[in-house]
Amino acid sequence: MTVHKITTPLDDKTIASLKTGNEVLISGIIYTARDAAHKRLVETLEKKEKLPFDLQGQVIYFVGPSPARPGQIIGSAGPTTSYRMDAYSPRLIAAGLKGMIGKGSRSTAVKKAMQQYKAVYFAATGGAGALIARSIKKAEVIAYPELGAEAIRRLEVEDFPVTVINDIYGDDLYHKGKIQYRR
Amino acid sequence: MRQINTNKITSTIARLCQEVNFSLPDDVLDALKRAREKEVSPTGQQILESLLENVRIANTEKIPLCQDTGTAVVFLEIGQDVHITGNNLTEAVNEGIRQGYTEGYLRKSMVSQPFSKRINTGDNTPAVIHTFIVPGDRLKITVLPKGAGSENMTRLGMLTPAQGRQGIIDFVIETVDKAGGNPCPPIIVGIGVGGTAEKTLLLAKQALLRRIGEPSPDTETAQLEEELLGRINDLGIGPQGLGGRITALAVHIEVFPAHIASLPVAVSLQCHSARHREALL
Repeated sequence: MTVHKITTPLDDKTIASLKTGNEVLISGIIYTARDAAHKRLVETLEKKEKLPFDLQGQVIYFVGPSPARPGQIIGSAGPTTSYRMDAYSPRLIAAGLKGMIGKGSRSTAVKKAMQQYKAVYFAATGGAGALIARSIKKAEVIAYPELGAEAIRRLEVEDFPVTVINDIYGDDLYHKGKIQYRR
Repeated sequence: MRQINTNKITSTIARLCQEVNFSLPDDVLDALKRAREKEVSPTGQQILESLLENVRIANTEKIPLCQDTGTAVVFLEIGQDVHITGNNLTEAVNEGIRQGYTEGYLRKSMVSQPFSKRINTGDNTPAVIHTFIVPGDRLKITVLPKGAGSENMTRLGMLTPAQGRQGIIDFVIETVDKAGGNPCPPIIVGIGVGGTAEKTLLLAKQALLRRIGEPSPDTETAQLEEELLGRINDLGIGPQGLGGRITALAVHIEVFPAHIASLPVAVSLQCHSARHREALL
């Protein structure tokens, strides 16, 4: 299977080329956010205030890394379960978010928003945080430092390995994969 | 009466917290290796290979296997001939957690005021502590860092006696199927049957500590474990939920008598990063 190499920020042409099941290597800047940061981002949008980073074409990685040891860039940094962000993701997608990286399936509302506004949901390997950390070349807290592991970080990644779960054509790898191997 | 000082308990727990997050128990590692040989899905094989590579990196570089270093669940099996001296036992355990999670660069994931402000306690305390008084003059400490991805998929069913064995099968299969990729398969499925609601949940959690490859000593229960493992792996969920034949590495059932009106069943799912470590003082 060919591996798609993409660079952030993502444009509509790149998004359209990605299909459910594709293996993708992401390079460039991605932003971390999980439960608490999502709540704040959406509250900021509701208040029509400025977000800590420009969402246009960006990718959010659902992760709360473990602390880096001295000399390390980041600690363990695998994906967290995505459905907890379902309450917030449609709002961020409507505001320009193009990609999300997590694990586990998404709600119908999120999938609809992805089709409507052209965004993609990727999965990274859950529980492989030590391995995944190797593709993170730089990490910097840019917002909500008081949230600790849940702060928003700007990550510079190189060939960050993910799989396309939901594309803009309505396909879902969790569904397809299960059907293929179910007996 | 044998005396054990709480300082010893604190230092042991601090050490266990670190060791447990950097390496997997042998039985879990062996099960993952066997899974890689048995899995037929190419994507599944690739994921299992990544997980084994992840274990190697975590071991050598002392990076947590998973960034979710969990709620610290601590089991204390205290011999009835042991006298614990020194400080407050609960505080001694929490001090061990505090030291282990700080010195080991482990993630602090506990928040106070969980339904309102959700303020991080900063040191991963408090631990969830289960104490058992057992015969003898030893103290067995088990640390189980439980990640929330799998913990959030826990289910309790207060079944009726009429639902019986088939009711348990249906409940477990439904639980695993609904959870899909969320609990990070391949999983270990811990099941409690009997007792009261809280007893069966605790049994399900304790079932996760049993070594993989050791079936229940009760033949009837062992048969149910085997049948459930087959049924679960026929669901097709596979490693990380991307499709495959290895959804679970093991099914462990712990049984306790139940009230004439009850058939409680609890399902506790454990991700593939099945970390637990014991020490005997």
